[in-house]
Amino acid sequence: MLNFALRRFLLAALVALTVSIVAFFLVRVSGDLATSLAGQEASAEDIEEIRKAYGLDRPIIVQYADWLGAAVQGDFGESLFFPDTVWELVSSRLPTTLRLAMSGLIISLLVGIPFGVIAALRPNSWIDRLAMTIAVAGQAIPTFWMGLMLMVLFSLMLGWTPISGDESWRHFILPAVTLGYYSTPPIMRLTRSGMLEVLSADYIRTAYAKGLRPMPVLFKHALRNAVIPVVALASVQFGHMLSGAIVIESVFAMQGIGYLAWESILRNDIAVIQTILLIVCMFYVFLTVLSDLVNAWLDPRIRVS
Amino acid sequence: MADAIVAGSALDPARALGPSPTSRFFRRARGHTSIMFGGGVLLVIVLTALFAPLLAPHDPYAQDLFKRLLPPFWMDGSVPEHVLGTDNLGRDYLSRIIYGARVSLLIGVCTAVISGVIGTALGVTAGYFGGRVDIVITFIITTRLSMPIVLVALAIVALVGGSLHAVVLVLGLLLWDRYAVVMRSATQQARSMDYVSAARAIGCPTWRIVLSEIMPNVINNLIIIATFEVAHAILLEASLSFLGLGVQPPAPSWGLMIAEGKEFLLFDPWVIAIPGVALSILVLAVNMLGDGVRDISAPENRS
Repeated sequence: MLNFALRRFLLAALVALTVSIVAFFLVRVSGDLATSLAGQEASAEDIEEIRKAYGLDRPIIVQYADWLGAAVQGDFGESLFFPDTVWELVSSRLPTTLRLAMSGLIISLLVGIPFGVIAALRPNSWIDRLAMTIAVAGQAIPTFWMGLMLMVLFSLMLGWTPISGDESWRHFILPAVTLGYYSTPPIMRLTRSGMLEVLSADYIRTAYAKGLRPMPVLFKHALRNAVIPVVALASVQFGHMLSGAIVIESVFAMQGIGYLAWESILRNDIAVIQTILLIVCMFYVFLTVLSDLVNAWLDPRIRVS
Repeated sequence: MADAIVAGSALDPARALGPSPTSRFFRRARGHTSIMFGGGVLLVIVLTALFAPLLAPHDPYAQDLFKRLLPPFWMDGSVPEHVLGTDNLGRDYLSRIIYGARVSLLIGVCTAVISGVIGTALGVTAGYFGGRVDIVITFIITTRLSMPIVLVALAIVALVGGSLHAVVLVLGLLLWDRYAVVMRSATQQARSMDYVSAARAIGCPTWRIVLSEIMPNVINNLIIIATFEVAHAILLEASLSFLGLGVQPPAPSWGLMIAEGKEFLLFDPWVIAIPGVALSILVLAVNMLGDGVRDISAPENRS
């Protein structure tokens, strides 16, 4: 296990490094930074000035090494728009996004696991089909539109929830439901197939044969085993939610890193964009490792291969 | 693990478990209805997009500031001339919805083609050659999967400048992961078949084995994934356009129309409801078609 974990971490470190390179170059290569920093009315001399001032005239490899070196020490540069450093800015916004993603994940687990279990107990029953239909139909609805429609219904028409912002837990209800909705189908499906597999296993039959009551068998023996891959999936879904937050936060005007990223993109605040991109990517890498380790810990076959 | 999850969302493990013959029959029937329904709706939308100039009652760009925000037919104060009402600039909403289908379909299909070529090339190469090639390509896939699409696409589109071409190119270069993952494992399976060994034994060149022995066996997967990726790309375009960094005004993109209608949310929620419904119907139709194709092409149903 230790061996596997070490190899996995090494790979993750390599992926993280590559991602940081790609994230850096994508932003630098896809446009001339100096021109966009200078604005539309800048003269050629102004642009040249800015290129020098920001060190953009150096070879791009040197720029990257500089940026990475500083980033590792926690220095992500200055925002062009705010007086704060990028790190202050991002770290003050991160909790909102994490809270939002966490709430979304909890909602999808609370809905997905029970429905998955019920669907597995009665495969092809109406409830199984209903759950599947909702899942298929739901995946066709754009997230931002779903958010807006929920806002129209529950905030504007019924007045149950605040319209936008992030001051209280009530502000998190609609965004979290919207985010959670999209992670529910995969969690439900995995729970369903896991339960179906476990329920046909010999040890469940043995448990029944020894005369255990159905409920403890179901929850203590079956669900416990079936739900473990779901934990791994949940960590990956959490990563998706962090990036899904960019759209949802913009819809509900929540001051998280998603909204900050969007605003920064509109303002061409490159240092902020790059930092958020890097942080979200690192979360992704970390969560993937986490999910791999959980899976390997549970299923020794993965460790060996 | 990443492989399993990505493949899992495309190839549902739950469906692979063998049910009773009766339920298999019903499932196949349902597969057909979803093909019929999804395919039918999609056909209507494609025809609408193709014949948009003939079908649209008005010029989708023609503004009439005296007729701003006229309500659609089911509300009071609507006029028969504008069945779905008019937007904030007095443009006929029905005509804009009809032309919007062009934008969504164009972006969906072009993106799926670009990403399909990239993903298939990577996946088949990794699956066929294995060994070091596989390690390198798997690493590339893992790296790609560690990057959030929306954020990366937004950042690039912002720098390149939003336009239809930019959106297609950026999404096409980003959305190949699922193709690569699935084609890789499908190729690995096809490669171990006897007829592939036979082809190799008689000295077939590699390109020929890949094209005439491997490809026909993995093309099913390719079509299924391509269908889902069309839907995926359409939704992403809508998100990018909604955030103001996709297709630019005055083009009639459904995502953009929702963004433009956002400020009228309070009194005229139909302005955002209509393009959203259009988007959902299109994506649902594409997804159902994909589901149906997957259902009837699964080996268990080929008895």
